[in-house]
Amino acid sequence: MSTTTTPPPGVSAQDLARLAEHWAERPTLRGWFSTVDHKKIGRRYLVTAGFFFVLAGLSALVMRTQLARPEAGVVSPQEYNQLFSMHGTAMIFLFATPMLFGFGNFLVPLMIGARDMAFPRLNAFGYWVFLFAGLFMWASLPFGAAPNNGWFAYAPLSEEQHNPGLHMDVYALGLLFLGISTTAASINFIVTALKLRAPGMSLNRVPLFVWAIVATAFMVIFALPALNADNAMLFLDRRFGTHFFDPSAGGNVLLWQHLFWIFGHPDVYIIVMPALGIVSAVLPAFTRRGVVGYPLIVLSIVSISIISFGVWVHHMFATGLPQLSYSFFSAASTIITIPSGIQIFAWLATMLLGRLVLRVPLLYVIGFVVTFVLGGFTGAMFAVTAFDQQVTDSYFVVAHFHYVLIGGAVFPMLAGIYYWLPKITGRMYHERLGRWAFWLVFAGMHVTFFPMHLYGLFGMPRRVYTYRSEPGWDGWNLVSTVGSYLLAVGLLLVLVGVVHALRRGRPAPPDPWEGDSLEWTTASPPEPYNFPVQPRVHSLHPAWDERTADSVGAGATADRILSDGRRTLITSELDAHPERAVQMPESTLMPLVLAGALLIFFTSMLLAWYPVAAVAALAVVATIAVWLWPPRRPDEELGVAR
Amino acid sequence: MSLPVEKAANLTVSVARQARRRGLPRRRPPVLTALSGLLLLGGCAGDTPSALSPGGAGAARVAGLWWLLFWISVAVFVEVMALLVWALVFRRGNARVRHGQPLRFVTLAGAGLPLVILVAVYGVGLRDLAALGDRPGPDAPTVEVTGHKWWWEVRYPGASGATANEIHIPVGERVKVRLRTDDVLHSFWVPQLMPKTDLIAGETRETWLRAERAGSYRGQCAEYCGTQHAHMAFLVVAQSRPDFDAWLARLDDPAREPRTDAERRGQRAFVQGTCAACHAVRGTGAAGRVGPDLSNVGSRWSIGAGAVPNDAGHLGGWIANSQTVKPGNAMPPQPVDAAQLPDLIAYLRSLE
Repeated sequence: MSTTTTPPPGVSAQDLARLAEHWAERPTLRGWFSTVDHKKIGRRYLVTAGFFFVLAGLSALVMRTQLARPEAGVVSPQEYNQLFSMHGTAMIFLFATPMLFGFGNFLVPLMIGARDMAFPRLNAFGYWVFLFAGLFMWASLPFGAAPNNGWFAYAPLSEEQHNPGLHMDVYALGLLFLGISTTAASINFIVTALKLRAPGMSLNRVPLFVWAIVATAFMVIFALPALNADNAMLFLDRRFGTHFFDPSAGGNVLLWQHLFWIFGHPDVYIIVMPALGIVSAVLPAFTRRGVVGYPLIVLSIVSISIISFGVWVHHMFATGLPQLSYSFFSAASTIITIPSGIQIFAWLATMLLGRLVLRVPLLYVIGFVVTFVLGGFTGAMFAVTAFDQQVTDSYFVVAHFHYVLIGGAVFPMLAGIYYWLPKITGRMYHERLGRWAFWLVFAGMHVTFFPMHLYGLFGMPRRVYTYRSEPGWDGWNLVSTVGSYLLAVGLLLVLVGVVHALRRGRPAPPDPWEGDSLEWTTASPPEPYNFPVQPRVHSLHPAWDERTADSVGAGATADRILSDGRRTLITSELDAHPERAVQMPESTLMPLVLAGALLIFFTSMLLAWYPVAAVAALAVVATIAVWLWPPRRPDEELGVAR
Repeated sequence: MSLPVEKAANLTVSVARQARRRGLPRRRPPVLTALSGLLLLGGCAGDTPSALSPGGAGAARVAGLWWLLFWISVAVFVEVMALLVWALVFRRGNARVRHGQPLRFVTLAGAGLPLVILVAVYGVGLRDLAALGDRPGPDAPTVEVTGHKWWWEVRYPGASGATANEIHIPVGERVKVRLRTDDVLHSFWVPQLMPKTDLIAGETRETWLRAERAGSYRGQCAEYCGTQHAHMAFLVVAQSRPDFDAWLARLDDPAREPRTDAERRGQRAFVQGTCAACHAVRGTGAAGRVGPDLSNVGSRWSIGAGAVPNDAGHLGGWIANSQTVKPGNAMPPQPVDAAQLPDLIAYLRSLE
């Protein structure tokens, strides 16, 4: 923890001392487990998601090694099928969304000038559930009981009669467990962004990254119930003899697919949207101007989050549904490319008008534009039903979504890591090491995935553990494998760069990039209370704005210093007029205990220890009761009345 | 003796050569043929089941659609890259930051132009969707295909016999394909002839095939269906009408009688042993329906739905323990003694 050497103007040393006292958490082991600080929780999200990314990436390397040549025997078909299932499931559920939620956790309060998330304890709970659900799913792999039905888990192959063992129980229960975390985090983001913004940050001054996170959170809340219902029905079918997906007893196998993709397609945007928000956040510092077309980008974000709920059937274009419904979903899937087009050209215009500062974060943004645009083209192709029917479930679609997800999500994440590393760790990264890593990652990505377009068109289906030698398949598969090693080396260098920065990096100033948003107006890393004075925001680029700077300097007022307790300001939803200061909760072990009780519940459900599950369920209820028991504190302290 | 698999391979190669000589059913500039040839690394397409070298009406339509989409993408990509390179070259160093809001540029380039292109593409796409969905009439020849983990059962209405992993069709005619699955989802895909149609548990789906040239076209299951999804391939063999009629007529006849002593011993072992519990051979007592009908197994292109070539060595290995060849398939290792195995191989290979 760095300490501010000189108190900022406008805040007295006594105020700072009081803030430090009220917001401090003890550096003990208990303090480590009980923290509710959004910055610590955000960092843990980033590290944990990074760890699951490494596991899922290593799974992919084993798969690419198996596919380097035809008829190879590196792994058995059963092992391969578990690896590709865990690769997809982990990348989507345990890496992409938690990683972006990690950025959100760390950054949203800082970007809106707040002192923590709206529900810090819920935030901590969300992290522990994510960690436990991730370990719950990965722990199945060494036992040979990992999910083996792809991340999409189509029925009836996922049913007990076709897939005995624990594999798909791990999948259904793991995702139900994880869903608690994602839902909790989403509610927290929405309330935080709507109620905790610094005074003056009206909706038209909210940073684009925060807009993206909030739109994502709304999508999660509407999309996730479909997946949860699907998994609950799957588990009931497998364990308790219901027949939701059993056509011989009146069930319907396409029900799974509809529900899965009603979640699954919005989920693509749940992953990509916050990443696009990172692009919008990174660009101003490296083009020396604000992003062109703020209202257009906000409209794009909002329209994507709505239209994305009307395109799911393009994942089912080969299932033989009526042509009329195909033509509708084809139109919707075509239209949804428009808002992304607007964003791309807004960023290009920003670069064409600004002055480029070619540091590593901008390199990744440029790599993102190149890659994401290519993925966008093939995405638009999949909206054309006849073409979709030819290439769906071939390697062409594997190429497409890796362009979208690596180009559209991983590259922005890497831009974000380099951009915010000084803020998160207080250390600068090594520029040359970062450039080497970028070029390796960029080249590795394209060498790996571009050939997949080709052998997909040449007729190679996906999800095969091996293939017969074909003239168009062998050579390009080997190229892909070589590319994947290159990509792995590049990503390893990113990790080396982060460790190097932590160990050897020179200390970061509060604002190394002359960034435009509020996180750059506070210390690197920020104090536990984030801002000595909560700013009064006067523009879309508060860190570039004299009047906002003045509001934390000479213009600081006691109602925004709030040093007499652990407090932050609540403001109105639209215009961010100050309403009142609220008392924020202290650190507590309750979130960890509750997540632990849930882990016991889900584990005993998995192993069919139903009496233990019942006890764990009681423990869950009891923990929630203790957690939420109304505290005996005077109303005044609670901020309820004056 | 020329092995059937070699015959099939030769046939396919010669078909591919003919295809290159005659060009494709839909016109395609030679530069594209050269381009896709180059992409195949070495230029020899061989029997790669490429969607870009269509052999029939359905796939040809989609290949045309692909090249349209491809060139549009190239044009837009060049546009985006030009802007990006412009920025990288001219907007660095001392470039003066401009603070305008070129909303008209963003709206036109990001929404207006794409909208025009996308609406046009959508129209073309609807036309092609309607063409693919235009089913053959009730009089069209019909094939009934049932997906099993992990092989394809092939029957023809009116014919008593069945075959597996090989679909014979008359060339130049639209053939109706009725698709059902016995277990999980599968997907019927012949890249050179027709895009995919899924096989949905509890329902019947329909698609059609039309091959413009005689030859064989590789198909494969495209919906993940479990352990051996990788080995669920099949071959569509397009024959002239007389050849097809003759082939179909044989599907009603009893299987070829054994001629040598070894074949006769093999038949006895087959019918009286465990084989007949799961497999059928027409005209013998063997009538199992669990595994593929073996009445013409000797003439098929592969063993195990594309797992290994159909020759004596692989057949012996398969009978003794198919789990080493295609782990997870439904056939358990067979308690065949060493003396019986050559007889069984001889008998099965005689069933042409």
